Amino acid sequence: MARLIDKVKMAVPYVILIVITAPIVLMYLMLFIASFSRTVYGLIPDQIMLSNWNFLFTGYIQAPGTGGVEAGRYPNIHIVTFNTFLLAITVATLEVLISSLAAYAISRYSFKGRNAFLSLTLILHSFPSITLLIAIFYVLRVLNLFDTIIGVILVKVALELPLGIWIMKGFYDGIPWDVEMSALVDGCTRLQTWWKVILPNVKGGIASVMIFAFLSGWAEYVFILTFIVSYQNWTLSMLVAAMIGEWRFVDYGQLAAVSFYYMLPVVIFFLFFQKYLLRLTIASKGPL
Amino acid sequence: MSPKRRRIKIPYLYIFILPALILIALFFLLPVVLTALIGFTNMDYKLKWEWIGLGNYYRMMKDRWAHVILQNTIFYVITTLTCFNVGMALVISLLTTHIHDKAGAAFRAAWLLPRITPSTVYIVIWNWALAPYPYGLFNWIIRGLGAKDFQFVKLTLKPVHPWIPLPWVWVWVILVNGFIGASFGMIIFTSAIKAIPIDYINAAKVDGASTLQTIRYVILPMIRWPILFVTAYQTLSLLTSYEQILLFTDGGPGYATEVWALYSFHKAFAEYAGGFQFGYGAALAVILVIIGLIASVAYYKIFRFRELMLESKIEV
Repeated sequence: MARLIDKVKMAVPYVILIVITAPIVLMYLMLFIASFSRTVYGLIPDQIMLSNWNFLFTGYIQAPGTGGVEAGRYPNIHIVTFNTFLLAITVATLEVLISSLAAYAISRYSFKGRNAFLSLTLILHSFPSITLLIAIFYVLRVLNLFDTIIGVILVKVALELPLGIWIMKGFYDGIPWDVEMSALVDGCTRLQTWWKVILPNVKGGIASVMIFAFLSGWAEYVFILTFIVSYQNWTLSMLVAAMIGEWRFVDYGQLAAVSFYYMLPVVIFFLFFQKYLLRLTIASKGPL
Repeated sequence: MSPKRRRIKIPYLYIFILPALILIALFFLLPVVLTALIGFTNMDYKLKWEWIGLGNYYRMMKDRWAHVILQNTIFYVITTLTCFNVGMALVISLLTTHIHDKAGAAFRAAWLLPRITPSTVYIVIWNWALAPYPYGLFNWIIRGLGAKDFQFVKLTLKPVHPWIPLPWVWVWVILVNGFIGASFGMIIFTSAIKAIPIDYINAAKVDGASTLQTIRYVILPMIRWPILFVTAYQTLSLLTSYEQILLFTDGGPGYATEVWALYSFHKAFAEYAGGFQFGYGAALAVILVIIGLIASVAYYKIFRFRELMLESKIEV
């Protein structure tokens, strides 16, 4: 009897965890099933089919209720995907490059204004993007970068730099001085030392910043919504948002397929790079 | 070091620091200043600077909706924070550290999914889960469990229960944001709980403490600083969050789920009439900036943010 009670006690945390985690797992499962079926009733597909994924080959998605005319099509999804990828990869590359340069200077040089710069990045980090949206709109208009992907890229990199710098600084601080001293004594310039000797030692930091920046660029919605007007500059987030906008008339199977397609990089990172995900969660100042 | 060497060093410093400095100055620091300035103007889509002094702030005090939205925001922040960003985060981290390590990690991983899903897809999933029977997942489940004449509805102001005057739409808004919000605290708390020396817990057990007593008198007191930190930090995050609400309800029905940050966004960028009030929108945003500034100074003083930022190296 006592052993039975023990077993029940052991099971209690599992039961609670399963109950509170079930909604998440079931909701994602529903999306996955729906992307391969005509309609789903809860989790039960009524007809398995692959035609939801036709957009992968044809490139276009017909807005519902427009009877197949070309004007009723969303922008070509290949172009939209390319834009999204371009945005994400450029944000990630620039952010890694610029933040690892700046963090190196902060970690290794002592110069006038170093502490001011550090506290500035810290204070700026507490400014959420909503408070700057209007002013950034103004700056982009003045610089003629409004409605360009480059504009969105620069804004995103700038807003995420403080965080990247702090992460990279933490990694640089962990490398002993002797490593680069020997390189400098051997005749390397500072830049060569940084590139050849120091960077290979902070791969973990680079990977963290890179993955975080890529996923955040890939998922970006509000900046695209506010700073992009032309269809040819759309990213996948705008496409999905436009499809939700017509919720009543939407082709549900296709919406599920496009949503799942948009989530793929996230799923891949989720399955293979979980140790970085934890760092990302702490790093993201994002919504919540 | 000779003077000559020092002169050579300086250009390298510029190579390292200038790209970051230029970008941050142009797209971060300048907008901070501009937001404050635009808040004193009557700017609209023509982007003309017409100074009206404190006009926007007087307007804010008289704005009937601003009062409603302020109440919404306070309600939203407090409820989501206690139920999810701190409450649920504590429950998950306490439970997952009490079971087999691999299983615990799997549960925590599932809770990370909402955070890394693109917001648009995340909202597609929620809209779908809340669709009417027989399509929507939640209605399908409760029908399967035996509910006959009840349905979950997304955009409804109907109260949850005659005794609980909370409209259903708020339940969904809090769940949508809370499911993302819980993971931040979950990770901080989990690493804090794992850092407690096992001897303390064993000592409590030897003294005959039950699991609940161990949690109450050993674990919770030992992680009170992480709890305080998450509470303070997430208050600010929730205060300025709006993207999910924008996609999920767009503040509706009416202004029922409009929060302060979303109101600022709507005033400036809404497509329907009443948009493009950049001046008023900026003034609304300035309020958030002021709260943010006060909070970050407080963090710096109380929690020594610097050390906490470096803590991200801990593996859970």
